[in-house]
Amino acid sequence: MVKSNSSKIGDLIVAFLCFLLILACLLPMLNVLARSLSSTEALIRNEVLLWPKGLNFDSYKMVLEDPKYTWSLAWTAIITVIGTCLSMVMTIICAYPLTYDNLKGKRFINAMILFTMYFNAGTIPLYLLLKDLNLLNKPAVLVIPYCLSVFNMIIMRSFFYGIPESLRESAEIDGAGPIRILISIYLPLSTPVLATLSLFYAVGRWNGFSDALMFMNNKREYWPIQLLLYNILNNVTSIEVATQEGFTKPGLADSIKAATVMFATVPILLVYPWLQKYFITGVTLGSIKG
Amino acid sequence: MLTAQSNLIKMKKWEKNITYLKRYWTLYLLLLFPVAYFIIFKYIPMTYIQIAFKKYSIVQSPWEMPLADNHGFEFFIKAFSNRDFLLALRNTIMLNFLDLIVGFPAPIILAILLNELPYKKFKRFTQTVAYMPHFLSWIIISGLAKQLFTPTTGLVNIVLNRLGFEPIPFLNDPVHWVWTYVFLGVWQSVGWNTIVYLAAITGINPELYEAAEIDGAGRFRKIWHVTLPGLRPTIITLLILSLGRILGSEFDRPYALSNNLVTEVSNVISTYVYAYGIKGLQFSLTTAVGIFQSVVCVIFLFAANALAKKFGERGIW
Repeated sequence: MVKSNSSKIGDLIVAFLCFLLILACLLPMLNVLARSLSSTEALIRNEVLLWPKGLNFDSYKMVLEDPKYTWSLAWTAIITVIGTCLSMVMTIICAYPLTYDNLKGKRFINAMILFTMYFNAGTIPLYLLLKDLNLLNKPAVLVIPYCLSVFNMIIMRSFFYGIPESLRESAEIDGAGPIRILISIYLPLSTPVLATLSLFYAVGRWNGFSDALMFMNNKREYWPIQLLLYNILNNVTSIEVATQEGFTKPGLADSIKAATVMFATVPILLVYPWLQKYFITGVTLGSIKG
Repeated sequence: MLTAQSNLIKMKKWEKNITYLKRYWTLYLLLLFPVAYFIIFKYIPMTYIQIAFKKYSIVQSPWEMPLADNHGFEFFIKAFSNRDFLLALRNTIMLNFLDLIVGFPAPIILAILLNELPYKKFKRFTQTVAYMPHFLSWIIISGLAKQLFTPTTGLVNIVLNRLGFEPIPFLNDPVHWVWTYVFLGVWQSVGWNTIVYLAAITGINPELYEAAEIDGAGRFRKIWHVTLPGLRPTIITLLILSLGRILGSEFDRPYALSNNLVTEVSNVISTYVYAYGIKGLQFSLTTAVGIFQSVVCVIFLFAANALAKKFGERGIW
């Protein structure tokens, strides 16, 4: 069908609105990047908008030479990897048995799990439990308490349900047990959902803040990057980060803060675009709910 | 004779159970770990809920603590006569309500917009960029916001200044803070939330669009009569879930964006619980607040669902 002129104009208006959205998403990042690369004089004179003025890498050097900051980045990477692996294993071993329709007790276990999605005891009971379990201010507290998300489990299960049952039945006839079937049939067919959920868990852990603030506040050596970043951005003076020496100089503080933001952001920005086609499937599956 | 027969049946049942277990015991073994997780980290904390009705004592288990005054409801009464809590309650409702009004329609509009975009590659690029804010933590977003919105040195105010306008105190004045909070929420989630709607749009039968075109419908009429009705079930489901969260509160977002100048609007229930509970050690009071919040959330979810069903929609159950 040939398009009329008015509908072409409509297309252009739509494209223009989308272009504005792109700007709204990218400009803040560009601004922070420009600040992190600019000279202190240019920052004090308010000259830096979207392009660095007086290009230099001093603030990056200062941040990288600060052992507290680099350790926090490394530590966050460590707990992100460990946490994601643990979460994926837990999600798989929770979702897989629940796809067996004739599993006795399935309805009960299902109800028990779903109930926690609608009602939870709240922050303080969890805090007191962790205190009684002696987990407060221990590294494990950043990995274990939130290691299994019901929502992600449901996404995984919906995906497993989509795998033809005939595959399982024929493997059962060949004498394969449930675990064998999981490893050699289900998991290899599930790469999209495995990639999606790994991304969700990894981003969740990398960006996690409140659990560290509440459960890890007294152990500075185990602070994940977001908690350290919060303290840097809000000029909390007691944290004794080496980069804070720069905070007394007005322009430098700005560019150092910008550099710390960049370090905490870039790892995620490098990963997510590659997984886009997977996580769209994942989110769509989640919305069809179990 | 009869007993022998019933014994035989019992035997057979027993045998069947044995073969069943032989075959599937590994599934139970797998489930053991997640079930233990849910019991320890979700159900055992529920037993701590009784602290809300008791006088907290650090040396006793929740079961042994003495009942609080006023038949145990002392701390609920205390919460509702505490100015900070009432303020937090008001702010929670206000911010969530504004989020609902502004933030709920936004992804629907964007999804329709993206669907109208004929340039495939540009559409894909827009989507990739629009998903980005979803992957940023609120700490990072608050860092970006501070760099953008500071009255004298922020990008936005530098530009406003050059254009001859007065600087706007985006984050330093209660009223402006509320709108900045809401706007940043839309910025962070609008792209991501289109995913579900775009998937629903792909499910709409293309023949409907063709039929509408033959009937002479233009762009807006097609959106109104085909796209929006096609999105209706998705919209209703997500609306029910949003209504269920009207008293729920995020922690990172208000906590990271807040500052000393705006606490009267930025303190919400979750930050109240943190300040009074974990920092202030008033465990009974804040557990009571937590229960109130959870119960109201469940009630709202059920009410919204019932309401949707009454109007002939499918609901979430």
